[in-house]
Amino acid sequence: MNTLRRALLLLAAAALVLTSLCACGAGGTEPTSTVPATAQSGELPTEDPVEATAEPTAEPTPEPTPEPKRNSVTVGIAQDLDSLDPHNPGSNAGTSEVLFNLFEGLVKASPDGGVVPAVASDYTVSEDGLTYTFTLREGVKFHNGAAVTAEDVLYSLNRCAGSENEGTVLVPAFSIVSAVAAPDEKTVTITLTEPNLEFILSVAEASIIPKDSGSQMATDPVGTGPFQFVSYTPQESLVVKRFEDYWGTPAKLDEVTFQVYLGSSNTSAMVMALQSGTLDMVIHMPNTMAPEIGTDFTVLQDTMKLVQALYINNAVEPFNIEKDGVKVGELIRKAMYYAIDVPAIIDFVCDGAGVATGTSMYPAQQRYFMPELAENYAYNLDMAQELMSYAGYPDGFDMTITVPNNYEQHILTAEVIAEQLKAIHINATVEQVEWGAWYQDVYKDRNFQTSVCAISASDMSAREMLVRYASDNSKNFINFKDADYDAKVAAAQTTLDQEEQISLYKEAETILNEKAASLWIQDLCELVVLDPELEGYTFYCTYVLDMSTIGFKA
Amino acid sequence: MRRHNWYLRLGCLLTAVMVMFSLVGCFWTPYDPSALSSTDRYAAPSLTHLFGCDSLGRDIFSRVMQGAGTTLSIAFAVLLLGGTAGLVIGALCGYVGGAADALVMRLCDAVAAFPSILLALVVLAVTGPGKRNVILALGVLFIPSFARLVRGEFLRQRELDYVKAARLAGVRELRIVFVHILPNTLPVLLSGVTIGFNNAVLAEASMSYLGIGVTPQDPSLGYMLSEAQGFLMRAPWYTGALAGTVILLVLGAGLIGEGIRARMGDGT
Amino acid sequence: MTAFFKRLALLLVTMLLVTALAFAAFTVIPADPTASILGMNATEEQIAALRAKLGLDLPLWQRYTTWLTDFVRGNFGTSYRFSMPVEDLLRPRVEATLALTGLSFLLIVAVSLPLGLLAAHKEDGLLDRLVTVCGQVTMSIPNFILGIGVIWLFALILGVFQQKYVPPEDGLWAHIRYLLFPALAVALPKTAMTVRLLRGSVLGELRQDYVRTAYSKGNAPRAVLVFHVLRNAMIPVVTFLAMTIPDIMAASIVIEQLFGIPGLGQMLISSIGNRDYPVVQAIVVIAAFVVVACSFLADLLYRLMDPRIGGR
Repeated sequence: MNTLRRALLLLAAAALVLTSLCACGAGGTEPTSTVPATAQSGELPTEDPVEATAEPTAEPTPEPTPEPKRNSVTVGIAQDLDSLDPHNPGSNAGTSEVLFNLFEGLVKASPDGGVVPAVASDYTVSEDGLTYTFTLREGVKFHNGAAVTAEDVLYSLNRCAGSENEGTVLVPAFSIVSAVAAPDEKTVTITLTEPNLEFILSVAEASIIPKDSGSQMATDPVGTGPFQFVSYTPQESLVVKRFEDYWGTPAKLDEVTFQVYLGSSNTSAMVMALQSGTLDMVIHMPNTMAPEIGTDFTVLQDTMKLVQALYINNAVEPFNIEKDGVKVGELIRKAMYYAIDVPAIIDFVCDGAGVATGTSMYPAQQRYFMPELAENYAYNLDMAQELMSYAGYPDGFDMTITVPNNYEQHILTAEVIAEQLKAIHINATVEQVEWGAWYQDVYKDRNFQTSVCAISASDMSAREMLVRYASDNSKNFINFKDADYDAKVAAAQTTLDQEEQISLYKEAETILNEKAASLWIQDLCELVVLDPELEGYTFYCTYVLDMSTIGFKA
Repeated sequence: MRRHNWYLRLGCLLTAVMVMFSLVGCFWTPYDPSALSSTDRYAAPSLTHLFGCDSLGRDIFSRVMQGAGTTLSIAFAVLLLGGTAGLVIGALCGYVGGAADALVMRLCDAVAAFPSILLALVVLAVTGPGKRNVILALGVLFIPSFARLVRGEFLRQRELDYVKAARLAGVRELRIVFVHILPNTLPVLLSGVTIGFNNAVLAEASMSYLGIGVTPQDPSLGYMLSEAQGFLMRAPWYTGALAGTVILLVLGAGLIGEGIRARMGDGT
Repeated sequence: MTAFFKRLALLLVTMLLVTALAFAAFTVIPADPTASILGMNATEEQIAALRAKLGLDLPLWQRYTTWLTDFVRGNFGTSYRFSMPVEDLLRPRVEATLALTGLSFLLIVAVSLPLGLLAAHKEDGLLDRLVTVCGQVTMSIPNFILGIGVIWLFALILGVFQQKYVPPEDGLWAHIRYLLFPALAVALPKTAMTVRLLRGSVLGELRQDYVRTAYSKGNAPRAVLVFHVLRNAMIPVVTFLAMTIPDIMAASIVIEQLFGIPGLGQMLISSIGNRDYPVVQAIVVIAAFVVVACSFLADLLYRLMDPRIGGR
């Protein structure tokens, strides 16, 4: 009896021990510390670099890839890439900031919000503002090794302007392009139908790709950027490596993996991944996560360069109602603006570090930003209730706030707004949807009532932030319609006078605020979290993640 | 035998406490569970806030009470829907038998072949989130298991003497099914109900945790857990309070089920 | 042998019903996939052309038979979102999910069999009581809460676990070592249930007459327990284990999301969000097939083990 008992006990113990052994087995060779992030970066302390170089193909060690010195990083991103095609019109900012590392236009975005020459070494603009002449840079190569020719550039520009794809304009700003031409091997000209001071900023979006490669872009992207494509696994990761033949300053890192974190708890998953050393870097981390991240990382604080708002569909009830010449919908929107307490929202969502915007413009766009607009709808419940009564809704109404579930800050903001709107008897329901569903229903199909999200710009032009709300703009997802606004924006786009353009855009911004087209809230605060061994992160005024300047400290 | 009564007693006590806690939470909570407070953000547990406060300064104790109420009401509604429908279908199939029975059972097999959460997720993806849709999706998915349970018991009871006697006495078939046989299947049904209750609580919690369940307006325990996980370091008491409540709810029902099975004599 | 073929026929009927259900479910969905592919500015002709290309203009039964034959041939259609064959998209994910499910299953068996036998061996002993009480509590913990606990303990406190998925290409051992942690979260509650069932089953068998007879014939206690009791006691356990496979898969889906494992669960949830119906359809049918096949195998095992069930 005893032997049997012992045998069984042994069996059970063995099973358990085996489990825990497996768990700790390979852990021994790794620096087992509660802060592996610090220990793991740079040189692996347990490995002798000299020995490792002398014997690169040593016997398999528990480490999957024995490297003499680690020179690759993994970056956590909160969404999957919409497409690898740099010209894909549906891609949002989260995708283009990653693709920034693979592709370049004739010019590319610079940290200050302007553009610097890239594939072109130089450019000139004609007196009337209609013709842009680019001189192609010597010795620019594609990732596939081929040299960039004028033909490639023409193909790329034509593709953006729509002439390569049944007239669908892929880069919206290129709708005013009338012709592109290559007078000689080293020169390319773009002719516009009307002048536009901001056009050059959009040229950065027209990435140069090899001739006739458009259909392969989605699976095998080839560009001229500092990094080249290695592999992409949907919803998992994008791996890129340094492009050795890059024309400019080569990237410092050998390889970068963009690791996708999806779902409703992705922020905490990324924090855990940072702490366990899986991730070396996370961008767009809500600043409220700072206490979770701890002090073992380099944490940089920045604004996100976007406008978070309760975006209101101006074409659905009750926001579209007009009765006997009274704009009831507008009254309701204003009442709601008075009823929400923006500074409190900023406190709750950003620990007070966000910046109130008051309109569709964020502080980094210094030329256009009007901080005073944020003061127009100071929290005033009496005013709000009065407006609601005047509009004929003294007892409020029911509404739905649709929020993409992968951005915690938007969910929190929606919850706070729903709570604050109770004061004027508006019963708001927060509905969380997957990013894909949100993108399709809210952003593309405009099938929503209200939504908390953020709109950002890929360049410093006002196009993404202001021109999009012109009545017939394809990106006007809030269905804002205002003749005065349309006129201002149209005039601003065609003027050749910088000062006049700025003042016209400012007038347009003011209209968005006055009409309460949406409840503009804030430019969010975000953290960039880096492994302490990393350096060289560059802040851009626009939504750009430049990996080429990042490297490990010497 | 003594120990099994102990199961039943402890289970009943625990469940009674948890149900009271949740029921009260449906009508009254110490604080308004959605009231924001910028001064109490991430407050640690104290006498004023028993379980502390969350990132928006909301009282966690009140929220847990409310969340338990939501979770419990969903679980009960699912049981009611799945249990009643399963009961009727199972009873008729078990009593009538034949081709209709075979067909219905095959259908039940087919539905049961899908992992339940997976199917519920797909149903919710089509109908959209919300409390009512969660109840509908889970309720329908719970029908096969109840139907099978009841059918098996009916197959057994059908051949017993008291049923044969009733039939000979000319009692109407439907009356035999629902008045004569049904009460005798109660013990089996009861233990099925406790398992069903636990499955409903777990399924709802998992779905809401994944973000495809209830909306933030009806925060259930699972939904709040996905929220709480975000500040595991800053306010660990939030996750702790929620996890503890879910576990106690399920544990109570589990103990009762164990007790019932032990009484019926097939538990040991 | 006839019984075997009867079961096989039943299996095929169930699978047919499963595919019909899955197909029907995604046909009644109101959303038109053409809208999500072409976008809003598509012309009537473009939509009509795409509908014809996708075969959406054919009658329902014809679409079902085409879809089914394609499916049987391993052609699961094209993902709307990723414009690539669904089977290519899913292959690595099926592997990941099956690995997690399989490993969890092995964990359950490896831990619960000895534990259940030990507990039954000395009824009401210290180990028995401990196993019973702990088991009851463990059974009540949802998998995702266990998952949070596992991450907290092993990744944050002990630091022995890195929360980054290790694909099998990086070495089978590393892959399994990684999967052990999520598998732990999946397996624990079911392990507790199996232990309880096995314990009850063994205790029930020990009270049977044949055991007494076997003892009285002078058989060694160990031999009786292993060769007589265990064989019979395993019958309900095997059935139970087969029935837990859908549950294990369901738990894997939740746990995958929590641990960030690129398996079917994660794909399912994001594909639902993306309205990528061919992918959702394929995942649902694959999962159901695995479940139906497992219950078929369990049934066979059951017949092999229990001599009282004739007709072999």
